Amino acid sequence: MYQFKLHNVNDVASAIDVFERSDDAVYIAGGHTLIPAMKQRLSAPEDLIDLSGIPELDLIQVDGEVLQIGAMATHAMVAASSHVQSHSPAVADLAGGIGDRQVRYKGTLGGSLANNDPAADYPAAVLALGASVVTDRRTLAADDFFIAMFETALEEGEIIQAVRFPQVDQAVYLKFPNPASRYAMVGVMLARRDQEVRVAITGAAASVFRASTFEAALSENFAVSSIEDLTLAPDTLNADMHASAEYRAHLCKVLIERAIRAMSAG
Amino acid sequence: MSDSLVGKSILRKEDHRFVTGKGRYTDDIQQVGMTWGAFVRSPYARADIKQFDTTAALAAPGVVAVLTGEDVTADGLGGLPCGWMIHSKDGSEMRQPHHPVMAGDRVNYLGEPVALVIADSRLEAKNAAEMVLVDYEPLTAVVDPALASESDTLYDAVPNNLCYEWGLGDEGATEAGLANAAHVTTLELTNNRLIPNAIEPRAALAEYNSGTDEIVLHTTSQNPHLVRLIMTAFVQIAPEHKLRVIAPDVGGGFGSKIFVYSEETALAWAAKKLGLTIKWTAERSESFLTDAHGRDHVSVAQLALSAEGEFLALKVKTVANMGAYLSTFASSVPTYLYGTLLAGQYRTPAIYVEVDSVFTNTAPVDAYRGAGRPEATYLLERIVEKAAVEMSIDPAELRRRNFIGKDQFPYQTPVALEYDIGDYEASLEKALAMADYESFAERKKPAAGLGKLRGIGLSCYIEACGLAPSQVAGALGAGVGLWESGEVRVNPTGSVTVLTGSHSHGQGHETTFAQLVADRLGLPIDDVEVVHGDTGKLDFGLGTYGSRSLAVGGSALSVAADKVVEKARKIAAHLLRTEVDNIEFDAPVFKMIDSNESKTFQEIAFAAYVNHDYPSDELEPGLAEKAFYDPLNFTYPAGTHICEVEIDPDTGVVEIVQFVAVDDFGTIINPMIVEGQVHGGLAQGIGQALLERALYDDSGQLVTGSYMDYCMPRADNFPDFKVDMTCTPCTHNPVGAKGCGEAGAIGSPPAVMNAVIDALGGADLDMPATPEKVWRAAQRLDLKKIA
Repeated sequence: MYQFKLHNVNDVASAIDVFERSDDAVYIAGGHTLIPAMKQRLSAPEDLIDLSGIPELDLIQVDGEVLQIGAMATHAMVAASSHVQSHSPAVADLAGGIGDRQVRYKGTLGGSLANNDPAADYPAAVLALGASVVTDRRTLAADDFFIAMFETALEEGEIIQAVRFPQVDQAVYLKFPNPASRYAMVGVMLARRDQEVRVAITGAAASVFRASTFEAALSENFAVSSIEDLTLAPDTLNADMHASAEYRAHLCKVLIERAIRAMSAG
Repeated sequence: MSDSLVGKSILRKEDHRFVTGKGRYTDDIQQVGMTWGAFVRSPYARADIKQFDTTAALAAPGVVAVLTGEDVTADGLGGLPCGWMIHSKDGSEMRQPHHPVMAGDRVNYLGEPVALVIADSRLEAKNAAEMVLVDYEPLTAVVDPALASESDTLYDAVPNNLCYEWGLGDEGATEAGLANAAHVTTLELTNNRLIPNAIEPRAALAEYNSGTDEIVLHTTSQNPHLVRLIMTAFVQIAPEHKLRVIAPDVGGGFGSKIFVYSEETALAWAAKKLGLTIKWTAERSESFLTDAHGRDHVSVAQLALSAEGEFLALKVKTVANMGAYLSTFASSVPTYLYGTLLAGQYRTPAIYVEVDSVFTNTAPVDAYRGAGRPEATYLLERIVEKAAVEMSIDPAELRRRNFIGKDQFPYQTPVALEYDIGDYEASLEKALAMADYESFAERKKPAAGLGKLRGIGLSCYIEACGLAPSQVAGALGAGVGLWESGEVRVNPTGSVTVLTGSHSHGQGHETTFAQLVADRLGLPIDDVEVVHGDTGKLDFGLGTYGSRSLAVGGSALSVAADKVVEKARKIAAHLLRTEVDNIEFDAPVFKMIDSNESKTFQEIAFAAYVNHDYPSDELEPGLAEKAFYDPLNFTYPAGTHICEVEIDPDTGVVEIVQFVAVDDFGTIINPMIVEGQVHGGLAQGIGQALLERALYDDSGQLVTGSYMDYCMPRADNFPDFKVDMTCTPCTHNPVGAKGCGEAGAIGSPPAVMNAVIDALGGADLDMPATPEKVWRAAQRLDLKKIA
C-alpha cells in the first residue's frame, strides 16, 4: 500500500467538497474491494474520503410501499433488519450470503453498487427488483445504473445515498459461488410483481444483466416448462479457469429453474 | 507409580500462548535499528537480464542499500544445493542447474528474486523496490512438464530439460507379468500441482554483530540446523559456528519450510555484508509465487491381474515437474519417496517404475505433506479400484485378496522397502464397518430418487515414515544422515528440560514430547519443558518432516531418558549405600530391591548437582543425557480411508456425505493430537481431490496467484470425519510410534476420487474434481439407468 491521506467527513457536502479539491480522491465505504487493491498497489489514491462517519447514510426505513436502505448500511445490518425481512426478504437473504461474517460487517450496499463488480450479489437484487439509486444529485433507475464491468452511471464525485426498493410479490436470489473466492460464479435473482417477472443475472457476464427472453416467457406463464427451450448464449458470458461460458449458461438456467420452483412452492 | 501419561488426550501445553496471542513468530520480533528488506522479482517466467539500474532506488527516501544478483555473483556466493543425489538408469548423476541466491543474468520462473532493497521501513523498501530498473529480454517459457523434454533447453548443461531418468524394480519380470495377465488395467492420470499455503508466510530477521562476527538468523524453518549447514557449507555466507539459526514459533510448514530459499539466505548474507539488522516477511502473493510447490506428476500405469484378481505386475511411467531449479530435497520426492511405495499394501510380485524429472519455468517443486507417497498412493489406489470395476470384483474384496497378510511380516517388497509390521485387514474391516459399506446400495437408491448420484470409494494406503535409517538413505543418495538428537536435562529441583532436534510448527511437540518423557520418568507433565528450534541451544538436529518427529526424535528422547534413569540408579545406589544392581526404578521412585528404602526422583536430581559426598572418581556430577537415535528401518503407517459422496448432476457439485479414516500409527502418545493431525491431513487431501490446483498459463504466469482463484479448503467443505485407529506397534523403535502427520493427505485423495468416479459410473476424471468437470461427466451418463 502506498501512503495516502485519510479524510473523515460528517456529511455528504463535506465529502464532495474534499473530493472536488483533490486531484486524486476516492470515497471509501466498506473498503472490501478498494483496500485489497491498494494493498496490492493496483490502486493508489492520494486522498481517501471515509463515508462511514456520515450519520444518516446507513438508515433503513420503509416509506409507504418503498423500502429505503442507506448506502452505508452494511450487509449484516441489511440481513438482520426487520424492515428488510418483512418488505423484501430476498434482499435480506442475499445480504446474509455475501462473503463471510467479516465482510458482512464492513461491506456496504452503496460500496457494492458503486464498484459494480461483475460477480457482486447486490446488483442482481437492484436490477431484478427494479430499485432506484438515490445519489446526492439525482435518482437513477436500476436499468440505467449498471453500464459495464466496474462501470456505472455515476458521475465524478457522485455519492450514492440510498437505494429505494419497490414492493414486489415474490423474489428469490440463488447463487452458485465460485469455490475459491465464494463470489457469485453465477447469481440469479427472480422477482415477480403482478404478471411481470424480472430476471437479473450476476457473475456470468461482464456486468449484471436482465435475461429478457426468460422474463418474457415467465411473464407469460410462470412455470419451469415455459423456459424449457430457452438458453443463454454462451458467447456473451465469462469464461475462466473455474467455469466455461457454456457451463455458466447452464448454471444460470438451473438456478432460474430452481428459483421458479422455490417461488412456486412458497 | 502414577498412571501412564502415554495414550492420554492431554490438552496442548502450547495452545495457551497461541490462542492468547502470546506466540512469538519471526515477524513479531523487533530489534533496535532494524531495517526492512523487499525483493525485486522477475515479472517473467524466463528472460535474460540485460542490465540493472539501481540509481533511482538508491536515491529514494529511507533506502540503505540495494543488492542485486550481480552482487551475489561478485561475492562468489555458492548456489542453493539439492541434498539428494539421484542417479539415472544409465548410472549418470542427476543434472543440477546452478540455483543462485538471486538471479544476475537469467531468470527462470515468475517471482524469482533478482534484487534486495533495504530501507528504514517496510514501506520505503517496497517503494524503492519498484524503482529498481531491470532490463529484461523475455524468452519463450517452458511450462508443461509433459512437453518439457521436447521444448527449448533451459540450461546448456541439461539436455532435453531432463534432470534424471530414474528407474526402480525388475523391468523384465514386470513385462512378463503383463504378458501373462488375464487382465491388464491401464490408467493415465495427473497429480495436480499444489501450493502449500502455511498460515504464517515465510519470514526472516537477520542480525549481524560485528563485535562477535556472528549472524543470528530468526526464520520460519522446520529444520534450523539444515538452514545453518547449507548457508555456511554450501552458500558460504559465514563459517558454521558464526551463524546461529533460530526458528521460533512457526505457523505451519507442510514441507514448504524444510527448504533453504533465496530470500532468507540473501538476508543473512546482506546482514553481514552491510553490518545491518534486516527483516523480511513474505506477503501472501510472494508465498504463492515462491514457496516450493507440491506434486505435479503426469503418469501412465498398467496393472496386470490373474483371472482371480491376483496382482501380477505393476508398471508405471511418470513425468515429474521439478520447476526451474532443484529445491533442497526435490530430487528424492518422485523417486525414493514415490517409486518405493508402489507396492502399497499388496503382494504384487513384480513392479517397475520409471520417472523422468524435468525442469520447467515454474516455481521449484519439492516435498509437500506426504511428499511422493500421496502421488504413489493416488496412482495405486486409483488403478486398483479401476481394475476392480473392470473385473467386476468388489473393490474391498479385490484389495483383501492381494493384501500382505499379517503373518507375512517382515515383508520385502519388490521396490526396496521391507515392511516391519502391519495388519491391513484389520483397518479395512474396521473402516468398512464404520462406513456401513455393506448397505451402501440402500443409500444409493434413495439418493437417486432425489436426483443425486451417490458413490463410495476406498483407499488402502501405506507410507514410509520415520525418515530415515541413515545408512539406507545414504546408499540411496541422501546428502545428510537422518537420525535425530535429543537431550533430557534434569534440573537440580527435579524439573526437566527436554531438548530436541525435531521442530514443532503446529504438531504439538511441546505436549507430546513432554508427555513421553514425563511418562518415562514418572513426573507431572508440567515439570517437563521442551526446547527446540535453536542451533545455539541444541546439538545438531535434522528437524521435522516425513512424519519423523515422534518415531525418530521421540525415540532419541526415549533413549536419553533411559540413560538418565541409568545414571540416576547409580546416584541412588550411592545415596542408599548399595550396589546399582540392587536399585530398581519404579517411576518416579528409585527403590532398593532388598529393602524398603528408596529415593525420590527429586532427591536424586538434587544430589546430582549438590554432590558434596560423591565418589568423584566413580560418578560425574550432573544429570543430563543425550542421545542420537538412528532408526533401523522406515516406519510404515497404513490404513483404510472410505469416502462417500453425493453429486448434484445438474450443477456438478460434490458433497462429501461421509468420510471414514482408520489408521494404524502404532503406539499413540496423545490421541487428541493424533486425531487433529489426521483431520488436518484429510482437509489437505480432500482439498487436493476437489478444490486445489496451481495453474500457470502458457507464458508461465501464475493464474492461481491468490485466494480469489486458488481454492483453499474451508471447514464447510467437509463433513464430520469419522476417525479411528488400529494398532500394530512399530517393531524397531523404542516408542512403537510410526508417525501420523501425513497419513490424512496420503490416504484421502484416491478415496475421494474413487467415490466421485463411482458416482459417475466410471468416468475418467483428474483432480481436482471441480463442479464443471463433474457436471460434464454427469452429462455423459444415462441418468435414468443409474436411478
